[in-house]
Amino acid sequence: MSLLSITAMKTNIGQYAVLHDITLEVPEGGVFVLLGRNGAGKTTTLRSIMGLWKPSPGSVRFRGQDITGLHTADIARLGIAFVPENMGIFGGLTVEENLVLATAKGKFDPVRLARVTTLFPALEQFWTKQAWSLSGGQKQMLAVARAIIEPRDLILIDEPTKGLAPSIIDAMADAFADIAKTTTILLVEQNFEFAKRLGRDMAVIDNGRIAHQGTMADFAKDKPLQDRLLSLSA
Amino acid sequence: MNNLTKIITRFGGVNLLPVAVAAVAFVLIGAPSSWVTLTVAGLAMGMMIFLMASGLSLVFGLMDVMNFGHSAFVSFGAFVAASVLSWLGGWLGADSILLNVLALFLAISAAVLFGLIAGWFFETVIIRPVYKDHLRQILITMGALIVAEQMILALWGGTPMSVPRPQFLEGAIILGDVSIEVYRIFAFSLGLAVYIGLYLVLNRTRIGLLIRAGVENREMVESLGFRIDRLFIGVFMLGSALAAMGGAMWAGYETLISPSLGGELMIIVFIVVIIGGLGSIEGTLLGAILVGLMGNYVGFLAPKMALASNMILMMAILLWRPSGLRPAIK
Repeated sequence: MSLLSITAMKTNIGQYAVLHDITLEVPEGGVFVLLGRNGAGKTTTLRSIMGLWKPSPGSVRFRGQDITGLHTADIARLGIAFVPENMGIFGGLTVEENLVLATAKGKFDPVRLARVTTLFPALEQFWTKQAWSLSGGQKQMLAVARAIIEPRDLILIDEPTKGLAPSIIDAMADAFADIAKTTTILLVEQNFEFAKRLGRDMAVIDNGRIAHQGTMADFAKDKPLQDRLLSLSA
Repeated sequence: MNNLTKIITRFGGVNLLPVAVAAVAFVLIGAPSSWVTLTVAGLAMGMMIFLMASGLSLVFGLMDVMNFGHSAFVSFGAFVAASVLSWLGGWLGADSILLNVLALFLAISAAVLFGLIAGWFFETVIIRPVYKDHLRQILITMGALIVAEQMILALWGGTPMSVPRPQFLEGAIILGDVSIEVYRIFAFSLGLAVYIGLYLVLNRTRIGLLIRAGVENREMVESLGFRIDRLFIGVFMLGSALAAMGGAMWAGYETLISPSLGGELMIIVFIVVIIGGLGSIEGTLLGAILVGLMGNYVGFLAPKMALASNMILMMAILLWRPSGLRPAIK
């Protein structure tokens, strides 16, 4: 059974229909990459899964349970974390407060905390600094750290490499590969090289519909298909 | 210039504004004794306005809810406290300081209790159906304010009501040629205690952490698994209770109150919340102290300008810092 199963999901934002027909099976384990041009509906898909936009009823199932229409907080408590495109860092809070807020009981589990600080040593260094003062890469690390400080089954990550320096992107890829050993990641990405490196399964969204779904290995080999689905000139 | 900015930032930055205002006023007023009296009056007034404004600021910061009906809690707080004080009139004149304090405590508690219950009712019945719709929020909360004022008229009548004060808060302390009203010291101390309490809750507890994070980014707090809407009703009740407490204090300060009291204070409360920066308790305190001092100094120096002075202050601050002096980071 798929971890996340989306059937004919439609989402309207105001009077605009953004997602027309998203049908997607995300298997458990590894990184599932969602590709697509700007404005295709990738972010809206993640936000609809998270309940931040309300999709049509009966379309999103997580471990077999229908989560469509649940409150965002209840969806999160089922074990889904969300790292939005703007990272959603609380700038007025310290790094420590950002992380402690994400724990379910307000206390760190030493094992998980050690894992986070091993993956992102920079965070420890800025532990008591207010988060607005971090660099873009450090904020992204904090956003991902916040998603894994509690055990989760699925992490939705929206364009984590946007605006980051190549060296930080490398470190991020290593961290994601490590996280994906224990947690499924649904990754929205424009940076195809990054996506190729991490992804096992993938799908392409075009104009609010799933235009292609398959394995990353096959897609990476098929240059004409990439051009047709992703290039701006098409 | 850069060095000067650094020094100012190091010694408190915008927090120094009230000190600067007081210093300028000292030069303009000339007589030190009048200056001390006016400063104490300004601080006391500022603290009472802080009580009324803090809830409004948090409510707006956390849920983007514009509550123009907030001043109804101020008015009701004033009248509830005044009624309790009248009923306990016998205790107020008594020599026993215990009875005095007890009467005062009961009056303020009654106002706070009323604020909590009315806040719960107001949030559930009036605010909840209009989350995320600013136009309707303004219309329905304005309407609620009118209904509330009429209810006060119906319950307490249209004639101004005089508010008896406990014996121990009457009179003044004389230091040299400076006289300081006892009630003002009491108002200032109570406001300061509430501020410290709020500060500790917001900065030292998990609920406070959730509120601060929610003011910055509600969606993200919900994505981490917390129901901000359930937290919000608590914040709304607390804000209403503080407004009622501010009203109760104001009633004792004015000693003669009329049903339009809340509406009149509302303009000042909004000015304070705006210049302080929405969603921030520190900003609200700073704004309230500034407005309190400004109102008293200008009222002494150029009485005709008293009303306009706060508007001018708001315009000047907004031109300088469009999101207020110490806004919550968004």
